[in-house]
Amino acid sequence: MATTEKPWKELSAAERQAFRLNAWLNPEGLEFESSEAEAAYKARVTRLTDAITLERTPDRVPVYAFVGFHPASWAGLSPYEAMNDYDRAAQAWLDYNLDLQADAQIPPIFNAVPARAFELLDYRSYIWPGHGLEKHQGYQYVEAEFMKEDEYDALIDDPTDFLLRTYLPRVAGAYEGFAKFPAPIDLVELPFAPSNMLGYAAPELLASFEKLAAIGKETAAWGEKMFPVIGRLMAAGLPLYDGAATKAPFDLLGDTLRGTREMIFDMFRQPEKVLEACDRLVPLCVKWVTARATSGSVPLVFIPLHKGADGFMSDEQFRTFYWPSLRRLIDGLVAEGFIPRLFAEGKYESRLEAIRDVPKASVVWHFDQTDMAKAKEALAGIACIAGNVSPSLYYTATPQEVTAYCRGLIEKVAPGGGFILDVGVVADDAKHENLRAMVQAAKDFGAY
Amino acid sequence: MAHELVEALVGMKEKEVLRIAEELLGRGEDPLEILRLSQEAMGIVGERYEEGEYFLPELVMSGEILKKVAALVKPRMAAGAPAAQKLGKVILGTVRGDIHDIGKDIVAFVLDVNGFEVTDLGINVPEEKFVEAVKANDAQVLALSGFLTLAFDSMKSTVAAVEGAGLRSNVRIIIGGGHMDETVRQFTGADAYGDDAMAAVTFAKQVVGVN
Repeated sequence: MATTEKPWKELSAAERQAFRLNAWLNPEGLEFESSEAEAAYKARVTRLTDAITLERTPDRVPVYAFVGFHPASWAGLSPYEAMNDYDRAAQAWLDYNLDLQADAQIPPIFNAVPARAFELLDYRSYIWPGHGLEKHQGYQYVEAEFMKEDEYDALIDDPTDFLLRTYLPRVAGAYEGFAKFPAPIDLVELPFAPSNMLGYAAPELLASFEKLAAIGKETAAWGEKMFPVIGRLMAAGLPLYDGAATKAPFDLLGDTLRGTREMIFDMFRQPEKVLEACDRLVPLCVKWVTARATSGSVPLVFIPLHKGADGFMSDEQFRTFYWPSLRRLIDGLVAEGFIPRLFAEGKYESRLEAIRDVPKASVVWHFDQTDMAKAKEALAGIACIAGNVSPSLYYTATPQEVTAYCRGLIEKVAPGGGFILDVGVVADDAKHENLRAMVQAAKDFGAY
Repeated sequence: MAHELVEALVGMKEKEVLRIAEELLGRGEDPLEILRLSQEAMGIVGERYEEGEYFLPELVMSGEILKKVAALVKPRMAAGAPAAQKLGKVILGTVRGDIHDIGKDIVAFVLDVNGFEVTDLGINVPEEKFVEAVKANDAQVLALSGFLTLAFDSMKSTVAAVEGAGLRSNVRIIIGGGHMDETVRQFTGADAYGDDAMAAVTFAKQVVGVN
């Protein structure tokens, strides 16, 4: 592991960011395929870093293709096959990235996930091909009320305990026994320990452990195929983009725990509890990233934003319910040297004023349908912006139309740096020649 | 000056709305009048949504309060209460393969408060179900919702299915969702696309010939 001259504790946020950027640029223990691959890798990370840190203009506009299941369809695999045939999926993502030659790789681990493990898990938050969806369809989110309206106090009192013993048994059949997970505190004194130990005699808990063991085994078999792809792509010159992910506290509550409708009822019926819960979830959402980070972790942290978009709530509601806890999450990550990549799905035009309030040169704002010129005007000198080739373009238009759009976008928002060309929203399907046209546009028209 | 029930509902004051409704019932007020006041309030909520003052939370919350008012007054209503005259019939649903419903629900709400009879087929609706509903209801408008790229294909096949059933000239079709534009409209063969929920209202009004 890379080390610093000063202890980590004594480093400032800027020093930590610089350290992580350097670790991204010089991945420890990686053997490049060739000196050309090494040079390409370093040029790409430098290009991305220059765009993100706003310190200088990059050599050209960096380009990323934030795709979902598209590598599968490109290789002739259905999403079902991508989630079930680990070998072919790994090969598809490898070949796809090598073919596309964007400035960073899209790893297989977010879409070509292990269907068999999810079957064993009996996971209820999503449906996927072969499990509620046809084989040609990518996975989709299913909302449910995994936390009841009268459970805010339990969540606020001890979020981890709530997730472990209430949320997990509800969201996944394999975790049902965890409702009986014995209290860890029993173990502090020998005479109390047997009541903890006796807990493991509960048949429900044993059944859960057996299922989880099988899930772990299946997921490890999947990981053995998938993770080497990331290393091989790095060795070929393609850096990782996102190193970790977390969620806005309001979305964690609204998407996952309560559900959209229930969350809205709570905003009117028990607004104080909503705000208290969002605050309480901030450190949890920071630790989600930092707990498994090493000093060599890739600095970008993906944060998909859902319920704060234009139309989902008023500006006042955004500033009251959504933004304060997200802002604290951003601060918490930036303090650790991470660079939040905030994916503003939908439109964010009415939020542009509010979201200027972020630590300078420390986040990436990725936009979907937001007017990019307005975004640039609002965030110039504050944050790198990324986006926003639409599905309408990459799925239905011609490569010439994609090129024309990208060229126009580059002319509009690239001057001065701080821009990464990308799709607006995750591409589960696309015409490959259109994504190629997008990547090529950055190379042809993006030089500074 | 609006009735206090209207004011409370427009102000999202759930407990107050229910208290007033109970008081009115206790005083012998006609349950139909309570529903009429609630509808008046929903109309104002719809207007405020159209004007950009209210957003999804107010639509969802007022719908929830209305449901509670209806549950309160309906047991006391005589059977066969007269239904209000509607402007036209709209069939609405999220297309096959897509399970997103928030945008679709908003469209149902604004069409309803603007006087349309909306048949909401739900999510992941197969082509033939849309065709059957258009036929059975003699609907003037078919509104297809979808969020994912795969919805583009399902919209296209739904339009083709309507055409195949010989119904294309009877019904006008609008698509809406996350990423609709003129290019996607042409791809699917629909008559119009909507950027926001109000586009569906404007379109439906045009189709039935009202302002």
